[in-house]
Amino acid sequence: MRKLAGLLFIVLFYSACKFNDGNKTTLPIYGNRDAVTKTVDGKTVVDTVYQTIPPFNFINQYGDSITEKSVKGDIYVADFFFTTCPSICPVMHRNMLKIYNDFKNVSDFKILSHTIDPKHDSVEVLKKYADKLGVSGNTWWFLQGKKAETYQLGEKNYLIAVKQDDGAAGGYVHQGWFVLVDKQRRIRGYYDGTDEKQVDKLIADIKTLRTETDEQIAQ
Amino acid sequence: MKLKIITLSLILLTMIVSCQSQDQLEFKRYYTSGSLIYQQRCQNCHGKNGEGLSALIPPLTDSVFLAANKQKLACFVKYGLNTEVVINGKKFEDQMPATDLTPVELAEVLTYVTNSFGNKMGTISAEQVNAHLQQCR
Repeated sequence: MRKLAGLLFIVLFYSACKFNDGNKTTLPIYGNRDAVTKTVDGKTVVDTVYQTIPPFNFINQYGDSITEKSVKGDIYVADFFFTTCPSICPVMHRNMLKIYNDFKNVSDFKILSHTIDPKHDSVEVLKKYADKLGVSGNTWWFLQGKKAETYQLGEKNYLIAVKQDDGAAGGYVHQGWFVLVDKQRRIRGYYDGTDEKQVDKLIADIKTLRTETDEQIAQ
Repeated sequence: MKLKIITLSLILLTMIVSCQSQDQLEFKRYYTSGSLIYQQRCQNCHGKNGEGLSALIPPLTDSVFLAANKQKLACFVKYGLNTEVVINGKKFEDQMPATDLTPVELAEVLTYVTNSFGNKMGTISAEQVNAHLQQCR
């Protein structure tokens, strides 16, 4: 009996610790930051301005225009791919499908997959790709736009390398990163989309990010 | 006399056993090398468990299809696939890229695939692959 009580105590103690840890978890904020001095109510305050994803304009697989306003108040995951990609894209989207299935009924979550081959990946091609993947509704958008804008967004803002290289398999070099972006369009995490373990971490981090309160967000 | 029969049957038995283990040894060699090739060249698309990807990439679990197309498998992997296939009753129409695998490597990876994911077709040898490759269209 005593032994049992001791065991119970240990279990309780351990779970209490874990619970505390869970509460403390916050995700880092990536990118450059600036200190800005502002005057609020006659007082001078120093505020931190974080790097954010700038306004954008793309077309999704339904032919709808998607801008930064379409993800207002949403957490989203972004990646770069092309439908004829023979190398890492299938494994990336097999993993992304897991994320999609976990969060497809969550209203404040989106996935933005940018094609880096807009010449081939027309709206029709993207729609067909989404259908075959088993994606419907408005949680996961496959985005098409001007090539230069997509590349710029990838390299300058999401900070991932994408470029055309006719020597590479499929003609493009790109990295399989999934980028986690919060409701203020700040980057909160990078995950290797070809690695199942990192994708599980991303799923956990999305859950953490969804519990962030407005107060924490304002900091 | 009795001793002779016993000795003879013992020799026979040893021969059979060693023959079998020769075959098994060859199978294991093909299968192990094939597993590595699969990880490097096939797994991204077809998945760790040969599960494929939705309606985009077919799974490798259709034993009936594999058995019926045994002579064509080497051609599919070497030259890619551009025609529609029906796997587990579902249509797949996207193309599979060609590879630069040698006949031995093709035999190894095919032995792996046709004896994994619930399939059990035995060894596909390099000799068989060479013969099958002659018939590619």
